[in-house]
Amino acid sequence: MGLKIDLETCIGCGACVSACPFGALSQRPEGKVEVNEACTACGACIETCPVGALSMEVAEKKAEAGSLDAYRGLWVFAEQRGGKVQEVAFELLGEGRVLADKLGVELSAVLLGHQVKDCAATLFEHGADQVYVVDHPALAAYTAEPYSEAMSALIRKHKPEVVLAGATSMGRGFIARVAIQVHAGLTADCTELDVDTDKRLLLQTRPAFGGNIMACIICPDHRPQMATVRPKVFKQPSPVAGRTGRLVEETVDLKEPAVKVIEIVNAMQNEVNVAGAEFIVTGGRGLGAPENFKLLAELAEALGGAAVGASRAAVDAGWISSFHQVGQTGKTVRPKIYIACGVSGQIQHLVGMNSSDTIIAINKDPDAPIFGVADIGIVGDLFQVVPELIKALKT
Amino acid sequence: MHIVVCVKQVPNTTQVRINPETNTLVRDGVESIMNPFDENALEMALQLKEKHAGTKVTVLTMGPPQAAEVLKEAVGRGADAVVLLCDRAFAGSDTWATSYALSTAIGKLERPDLVLFGKQAIDGDTAQVGPGVADWLGIPCIAYARKIEIAGGKAAVERAYEDGYEKLEVALPCALTVLKEANVPRMASLRGKMAAKKLGIAPMTAEASGADPARLGLNASPTRVVKIFSPPPKTGGVKWQGEEPAVMAQRLADTLRERKLI
Repeated sequence: MGLKIDLETCIGCGACVSACPFGALSQRPEGKVEVNEACTACGACIETCPVGALSMEVAEKKAEAGSLDAYRGLWVFAEQRGGKVQEVAFELLGEGRVLADKLGVELSAVLLGHQVKDCAATLFEHGADQVYVVDHPALAAYTAEPYSEAMSALIRKHKPEVVLAGATSMGRGFIARVAIQVHAGLTADCTELDVDTDKRLLLQTRPAFGGNIMACIICPDHRPQMATVRPKVFKQPSPVAGRTGRLVEETVDLKEPAVKVIEIVNAMQNEVNVAGAEFIVTGGRGLGAPENFKLLAELAEALGGAAVGASRAAVDAGWISSFHQVGQTGKTVRPKIYIACGVSGQIQHLVGMNSSDTIIAINKDPDAPIFGVADIGIVGDLFQVVPELIKALKT
Repeated sequence: MHIVVCVKQVPNTTQVRINPETNTLVRDGVESIMNPFDENALEMALQLKEKHAGTKVTVLTMGPPQAAEVLKEAVGRGADAVVLLCDRAFAGSDTWATSYALSTAIGKLERPDLVLFGKQAIDGDTAQVGPGVADWLGIPCIAYARKIEIAGGKAAVERAYEDGYEKLEVALPCALTVLKEANVPRMASLRGKMAAKKLGIAPMTAEASGADPARLGLNASPTRVVKIFSPPPKTGGVKWQGEEPAVMAQRLADTLRERKLI
């Protein structure tokens, strides 16, 4: 199983060695290629071999014929906090509706919590045909253990073929346990979803390797096919007032939660959150010092209340809290206007903001990669350009 | 107290570049490092060891023989014991199979009170292995922890979420995935480096871990990568340069107004 190298055929050209994203291939002293444990069986090397010496060996399909057909329907985890459905749930319902229609199945939302039944109405309005609700005191405050048990119980009972959840602190925290419990494949942080309607496969595309490469992933022999999707990757559908569906109340036996929630502290109360903002002004390494974020705050104000974002470099330097971070390890944003000031534009930053409507970059370095995604680039010192921009916006 | 820290050796993805002509990954000169978030998990363990006498820190990694390097780095910083889980049988493991394999190795160790992970690895970025291992071990997991205090067999933990953080309490044993903001990782000490140099690391094989071979590697992994490709190269829009800052700033403000963006 795994990558197979036909040493008879291998001519020792080394073409595959440089094609491996994981550095798993190397040439032996005599030139023939060998593979080590770093191989993830991604297959990137196979096409590069000029003599066809590489192949992927996969064990025979384990799933019994027909056993996968018992799974039907597309589910979306309806994340709620304090009885408020989070925007990512609506975004998933929008995309889920498209995929469910392609597959010709119903779209269901799964609502977990305590006294949250009222949330069902808005889920119907955003496209759900059906809402499963589990109302239990153990689900009142989110912790991973009871949430995963409740979700797994519903999956075992109703057998959906696809389950989508937001790649949020909550979604990512509990859905990985669900995948273990129901022995399903789980793909993190997808940026694109589609379905192969013949094989009923979910085609899951995600960035890997810090955003340097994209991988398309499937789960051929396991159901449900599970994926998380970052907030703001898909657009919210417009709600249809009065649209309604079936509410299914489920009872799940849950233990007292092992983790107790003592207090919830909202640190963004007095600040504009980058996650949902229409305008974002982001600072990077070029700001040079923490106090210079004040200049960006002024620009944000001149734009009528923009959010202040930060690159990983600025957060790692300790200039601003990580709640402001945009990028692969921060938040994904999709504002109307994104102004990057002194941000070089490393790929891991770009994947978090490159679907913004209009991107503006201000940077001293004319070769900075940020200009590659900017609609308008200004080559100049941000400490000269930004004060002038504030002036121009105010007049 | 026994703390197990799971770490991963990763390519330094910030050094990876795309060859603009062939649109493929350029790996030359990219070093292998301890996953940066795992450094914070290790640091959390070492700080707890300093606070709580009699604490033992074991660092576990799964990977090729050369992953022993990150274990040596861990010993240099103050880890007491290391385990290298290494076998061709693990090749091609996705997060389901990886978390199973790690949990079997942990099962061979003295029962841990705390199992720590970085919040995610910078090469795969899944953040799924920590919660997955916790599930196999049957212990609670708090993902995105930024602070921990231990007293009386309980952990008080702060977990970050999108808009802030939550204060949580859990009885040990439990697992955490640790954020970068939790601490500043230390460097290896000179004495630690000497100890690491002398360290012989005998790999733990799949058989020694007692893992069920049917749950290992590519064949046991529900997910399959069917295609890897480079993201389409971006083309930028207009670029203004060589003019007075005030002129360019004014033009930007005018353009935004013209396009009715503000």
